[in-house]
Amino acid sequence: MAQINVENLSKTYRVAMRDPGLGGALRGLFQRRVREIAALDNVSFSLARGELLGFIGPNGAGKSTTIKILSGILRPTSGRCEVDGLVPWEQRIAHVARIGVVFGQRTQLWWDLPIVESFELLRDIYRVDAVQFAKTRDRLVEMLKIAPLLDTPLRQLSLGQRMRCEIAAALLHAPAILFLDEPTIGLDAVSKLALREFVKDLNRTDGVTVILTTHDMHDIEALAKRVIIIGNGKLLRDSSFESMRSEVLAERRLFVDFASDNGDIAIDGATIRARDGRSVEYAFDPARTAAHALISRIAAAHDVVDIRVEDPKIEEVIARFYALHGAVES
Amino acid sequence: MNALSLYLSYLRNCLRAQMLYPTAFLLRFGSQFVITITEFGGLYALFLRFSHIRGWTFPEIALFYGVVSVAFAVADSTCRGFDMFGPQFVKTGHFDRVLLRPRTATLQLMGFEFGFTSLGRVIQGLVALAIAIGLLHLDWSVGKAVLLIWAMAGGFALFFAILLLQATLSFWTVESLEIVNTLTYGGIEAAQYPLDIYANWFRKFLTFVVPLGCVVYFPVAAVLGRSEAAGVAPWVGAITPLAGFLFLLVAFSAWRVGVRHYTSTGS
Amino acid sequence: MALPYLAILRARFVLMLQYRAAAFAGFATQCWWGAIKIMVMAAFYAGAAHQPITLAQVITYTWLGQGLLGLLPWQADAEISEAVETGNVAYERLRPVDTHTLWLARAIAARAANTSLRVIPMFVVAAILLPLVGLGAWSWHMPSTASAAALFALSISLTVLLSSSFTVLLNIAVTALKTRRAANLAPVLVSPLSGMIVPLVLMPAWSQPFLFWQPFAGLVDIPYRIYFANLTGAGALAGIVAQLIWVVGFIVIGRAWMARVMARVDMQGS
Repeated sequence: MAQINVENLSKTYRVAMRDPGLGGALRGLFQRRVREIAALDNVSFSLARGELLGFIGPNGAGKSTTIKILSGILRPTSGRCEVDGLVPWEQRIAHVARIGVVFGQRTQLWWDLPIVESFELLRDIYRVDAVQFAKTRDRLVEMLKIAPLLDTPLRQLSLGQRMRCEIAAALLHAPAILFLDEPTIGLDAVSKLALREFVKDLNRTDGVTVILTTHDMHDIEALAKRVIIIGNGKLLRDSSFESMRSEVLAERRLFVDFASDNGDIAIDGATIRARDGRSVEYAFDPARTAAHALISRIAAAHDVVDIRVEDPKIEEVIARFYALHGAVES
Repeated sequence: MNALSLYLSYLRNCLRAQMLYPTAFLLRFGSQFVITITEFGGLYALFLRFSHIRGWTFPEIALFYGVVSVAFAVADSTCRGFDMFGPQFVKTGHFDRVLLRPRTATLQLMGFEFGFTSLGRVIQGLVALAIAIGLLHLDWSVGKAVLLIWAMAGGFALFFAILLLQATLSFWTVESLEIVNTLTYGGIEAAQYPLDIYANWFRKFLTFVVPLGCVVYFPVAAVLGRSEAAGVAPWVGAITPLAGFLFLLVAFSAWRVGVRHYTSTGS
Repeated sequence: MALPYLAILRARFVLMLQYRAAAFAGFATQCWWGAIKIMVMAAFYAGAAHQPITLAQVITYTWLGQGLLGLLPWQADAEISEAVETGNVAYERLRPVDTHTLWLARAIAARAANTSLRVIPMFVVAAILLPLVGLGAWSWHMPSTASAAALFALSISLTVLLSSSFTVLLNIAVTALKTRRAANLAPVLVSPLSGMIVPLVLMPAWSQPFLFWQPFAGLVDIPYRIYFANLTGAGALAGIVAQLIWVVGFIVIGRAWMARVMARVDMQGS
C-alpha cells in the first residue's frame, strides 16, 4: 500500500494578461484578459514508505506546484492525491501534523528568537509530548551538530547554520514524510556534503520518506535512487537515475594527455570531442567498444602521459534529457 | 497544548523579543501613549472653547471616547497579524508556512505579534473612562458597569471584524489597504461622539452598515440615561453590542472564502 | 532630446496606474477623514458664540489639511532609514555633493511628489465637486483675496522648506542612533503642534503666543490662516517671519549636527 498516491494531478493557473505600454495599462483598467497556464498536466506516481525520491525538472516545470499540492497548501484543478490515507488540502491540520517541509530560501524559525526557543514554540504548536520531544531534539542536535547554535537568534547565523537548524526544526515532531525544496541552495561545499549525509542517514535509519527537489545534480547523485523528471507540467520520467542515463546519454569520455604533438590522433572506435594542445577528449560508446580496448589502442600508437575515463557530467545527462523531450524553462 | 496555552506561549515570546530593545520599546510605548493623550487633550481643548456639542458635555463625550478607545486598542493589540496580513503574509508567501502548521490560521495570526506598545492607547482609554466616571454624577450600578464592559466587548468584536475583512481583501490586492483606516481610526474619530450630532444618513451608515453605533452609541447612551436623545428605548442599548459579534461572524465567512482563494491560486 | 524624459514620465504614469487601487484607497480615506472632522466641527459650531475663525474657515482648513497632508514630516526619509539599517548610509558620503543639501533636496522632492498626487483629486472633489452638488457650504473655499493668495503661495513654499529641513533633522537622528525608531517622536510633535488635530487658533487664549512661535505652526496653521485672510498685514508678516526663523534654525542646527554625526559613520559589511 503506497504511502503517497498521486493520480492524474492537474493544476491550471489563470493569469491576467496586460498589454505593454501606456495604452495597454489604460485598457487594463477596463478589461481583464486571462491566460491559462497548465502548471501540471495529468501527473501520476506513487511512493512507498521509506523511499527517497529525487524530483527534478527545469525551472517552472511544475516541481514546486507538486510539492505544494502534496503538502496541502495548494488545491489541484483535478486529479486525486492521498498521503497516508489523507487528502492533503481537505484534511489540512491532520495532514501537516505528519509532514515536515523545508523550503531552501525561506525559514520557518522565528527571526529574533534563540533557536532553542523556536524549537520549544514548535513543540507547543505540534503538540509533541515533552519527554519525546527532548529525546528527538537532542538526537537531531547531535546529528546536525547545532548544539553551539542553540542560544543564538536566527538572524545571527550563517546560511549553512540556518539550514541545519531549519532541517532540525522540520523534524522535531518526528514526521513520517519530509519534503525538501532546494535545501542545498547557497550552501558551501562542506555544508552540502553534511546535509546529504544527514538525509541519507535519516532515510536509511529512521525510514523517513523523503521527497527532494533540487537543481544540484550532485544531490541527486548522492541520494536518490529513484528520480522523477517533470517538464512543462508533464511527468517525463519515473525511474532510477542509472537507467535514464543509459538511455539518454550512454557514451563515456576518454581524456588523454599526449607526450608530444604528433599529427594523427584519430582512434578507431572513438570520436574526438575537443582538443587543447596535447590534451584530447574522446567520446565512445561502451556498448560497442570497451574502455580497455581503446586505451590499449592509444597506448600502442602513441606516447601518453595520462589517461582517464569518465562518465558525462550528470548535468549533461539531464540537459540532454530535457532537450530530447522539449522540456524548456518556463 | 491547547489553543490558549499556545497563545500565551506566543505572547511570552513576543514580549521577550520586544524587550530585547528596552529603550526602543519604552519609546514606542511612551510615544503611543503621548499621541493618544494629546488627541484626548485636543478634545478637551475644544470643550474649553465650546462647552458642549449639541447638548452633550465633556464628561459624557469622555465616556463614549473611553469605550471606543479601549475597544479599538485591545483589538489593535491582539490582531496585529491580521492588520499586517497583506505585506507580512501574502506578499512574502509566509502564509504558506501558516498553512503548513497543524493549527488554525486565526490562532497563529493572533499569536504572530502582540502590540504591547498599543497598550498605551488602552491606558489612555481607561484614563478617559476614569475622568468621565469621576466627572459624571450618575447613579452607578452593577448593571451599568456590565453594560459598559459588554459595549467594549462588542466594540472589540467589531474592530476585529474590520481588521479581518482588511486581511481578507489583501488575498486579492496583496498590499495593506489604507482605506481600512477609514473604518478603524476613522471609526474611533466618528464614534467617540454620540451619533446624533451627525446627519441622518451618516448615523444610519454607522448603525446598519458598520455598526459602530450599535456597539458604542446606544449602550453608552443607555448608561448615561440619555436614550431618548438616541431615539430608542434603553433596553435596545443592552442588546445592540451583539451586532459587533454578528459582524465578526460575517467577517469570518469572508475570511474562509479568502483562504480558499489563496489555496486555489497559490502564492 | 525630450524623448528620454517623456519615456520616464510615461513609465511613471504606467507605474501609477498599477497602484491605482492603493492610490484610490488613500484618497478615499482622506475624503472620509475630512468629512468626519467637518461634521464634528459643524456640530460644535451649531449654537456657539462668535469664534476666532468661522465654520467656513474651519472647513477650508480641514480640506487644505487633507489635500496638503503630503507636506508634513511624519518620518525620516525611507531610503535613508533603509540605508542606516543595512549599514549602507556611508555611501551617502561618497557622493560628490554636500550631504545636507542632498538630503534637503531629496526631502523637498519627496514632499512635492507626495503632495502633487493627493492635492489635485482632493481639490477637485472638495473645491469643485461639492459646490456643484449644492454642498458649497461644506466645500474648500478659494483664498479670500488676491493678496491672501499671493501670501499663501509664499507661506506654503516656506512650509515645504520647513518640513524638509525638519525631515533632514529626523534623517540625522536616525543615522546617529542607527535605527529608524529615532524618528518616532516626530508624529507626536507634528500632529498637535502643527494644528492638524485642532486648529491652533481654537486652543485656549493663554497658549496662543507659544503656539504661534513654535516651529510646527508654520507647517499648517500659519499658511492656512494666511489663505483665508485670518492672518493679514502685520499678522501675516509675523507668520512668515516665524516660518523663516525656523527654516533657518533647522538648517543651521542640521548642518552642525550632521558634521558631528557623519564623522562617526562607518561602512558595514554583511
